[in-house]
Amino acid sequence: MSGIGAALLNSLDIGLLLFIIAVGLNIIFGVLNIINFAHGALYMLGAYLAFTLINLAGMPFWAALLLAPIGVVILAVIIDRVLLRFIYSRDVADSLLLTFAILLMINESVRMIWGSGIHVVQPPDLLSGSVQLLGSSVATYSLFVIVIGLLLLAGLWYLFNRTRIGRIMRAAALDRDMAEALCINTRLVVTGVFAFGAWLAAVGGVMAAPMRALDPGMGDKIIIESFIVVVIGGLGSFPGALIGALILGLIHGFGGRYLPEVNMLLPFVGMALVLLFKPHGIMGKGANA
Amino acid sequence: MKTKVLMAILAAVIAGLIAVPWIASYFYVFIFTEILILGLFAASFNLIFGYTGMLSFGHAAFFGIGAYAMALILIHLEWPFLVSLLVSMGASALLALVIGFLSVRLNEVYFAMLTLAFGMMVFAIAYQWRSVTNGSDGLAGFTLGSFGLGLDLTLANPSVYYHVVLGIVAIASIVLYLICRSSFGMTLKAIRQNPERVSFAGLNVRTYRLVAFVIGGTFAGLTGGLIAPFLRVASPELLHWSMSAEPILMAILGGTGYFLGPFIGAAAFVLLETVITTYTQAWMLVLGIILAVMVIFFRKGLLGTVIDWWMEVKK
Repeated sequence: MSGIGAALLNSLDIGLLLFIIAVGLNIIFGVLNIINFAHGALYMLGAYLAFTLINLAGMPFWAALLLAPIGVVILAVIIDRVLLRFIYSRDVADSLLLTFAILLMINESVRMIWGSGIHVVQPPDLLSGSVQLLGSSVATYSLFVIVIGLLLLAGLWYLFNRTRIGRIMRAAALDRDMAEALCINTRLVVTGVFAFGAWLAAVGGVMAAPMRALDPGMGDKIIIESFIVVVIGGLGSFPGALIGALILGLIHGFGGRYLPEVNMLLPFVGMALVLLFKPHGIMGKGANA
Repeated sequence: MKTKVLMAILAAVIAGLIAVPWIASYFYVFIFTEILILGLFAASFNLIFGYTGMLSFGHAAFFGIGAYAMALILIHLEWPFLVSLLVSMGASALLALVIGFLSVRLNEVYFAMLTLAFGMMVFAIAYQWRSVTNGSDGLAGFTLGSFGLGLDLTLANPSVYYHVVLGIVAIASIVLYLICRSSFGMTLKAIRQNPERVSFAGLNVRTYRLVAFVIGGTFAGLTGGLIAPFLRVASPELLHWSMSAEPILMAILGGTGYFLGPFIGAAAFVLLETVITTYTQAWMLVLGIILAVMVIFFRKGLLGTVIDWWMEVKK
């Protein structure tokens, strides 16, 4: 029994972390109508900035959790104003190509700045132990990830459904011209949403840093996982991102424990199954070619 | 007059390509072999992207499968080269059918994500299935035997292999060109411009897209079969998404709107890579910058930009 409890908690922390990242991808898609291929690279940048702040500048983890995402947000604003502004009015293919180019640039820059070796970030002292839960010992840090994930989930729901900013974002997602006509500065909304998505990716990166080793391939891994999440859940759907992330979390949590020899394949099998029966994802609607 | 000039240029280029091993060192023979193989690889990608309008981020899957099929056959079965190439094409056609079936049903954004994800799935299999693929080291140590058709060729000789590649790439390019020019190719172009309208005309867009995807994958498999003996290894890098990035970049660089665009893009790409990697390790960074600049400012590629400029001058 204890194995199942641990696997469940493990699934939950992987799932909520994936949700934070995938929901950023989803929000950007919803408003800007582009799939940000560089989203995983921004996540990786968050983790590496946290590594630099903690291990090289000697800051506490909490300061890194606050500061590293801000650094990534600044980069995201620059990306939006310098590069992406050219392609918002163009064909979808151009935005895919351009964010892909940005992914190549960030990946190689990370390799140049931090090297291709592996780096490790220690969790803060307060969270480095483990506790007894559901009959097995669980890392305190993984409970922390679950708590932060749930807080962000609640915060995002509140933002979208109960605040003016959320309403503006949803209006811009539904009909940008109409929003413009209602005196909403959509340029600002677009930049803001891109920066906010990047912030979520970077927060995910900082949170992931103490759980996973940092290497220049970590961004690629997470972007593919995020794609699987949004395909399973349905592109552009907020509950879809949560469901997709939790399903993928379960696949990892249990697959890694009980089917280690094929665990790399399982997420793809899950995605293919969903595609066969629900081509638009579990919560998705109309995306026919 | 215009076609005569074009034909003369093309004939000169082909004559030049045939003469490469006699007038240049092995270094250039290797470079031109690579350009030819990658050129066809990029052209097979462009059938899917430039003609049909589907941006695939997983084209390396078919390239890699072709290479692995070739390596496995040469190691275990030692079949003639031409037969092995056919198997490479068959293997990638089959894979393209499966991935295509799941991916072409949805819109462009989904298609991009799905091809990337499934491409990385194939990479994961090659990486994990050590007993067959030898994991991260890849398959090496195979030797080329006979060519097939009763021809006595020393394929291990780089000059001979170059001519074999030139011949096969030329034949395959002509076939691909005829496909692009056929009514089928015209329908693909129409689908890129307006899928709804093609659909209302009574054609099954999904089937056309799937067939285009499988044809593109099959030709990519052929190029994979050609690259394995050239590199003397079939490794997971051939399946990685960074390999899928190469035909995208070549097609964009040369010009996606023209049949010859990807070939010109491949030549520019390989020459640039050769020059730049002697100065810096950061090839991918340069690649990203070039891609961004091409997409933002020169969306028609080198060929398209030159042709536009030529038209402007003639006016």
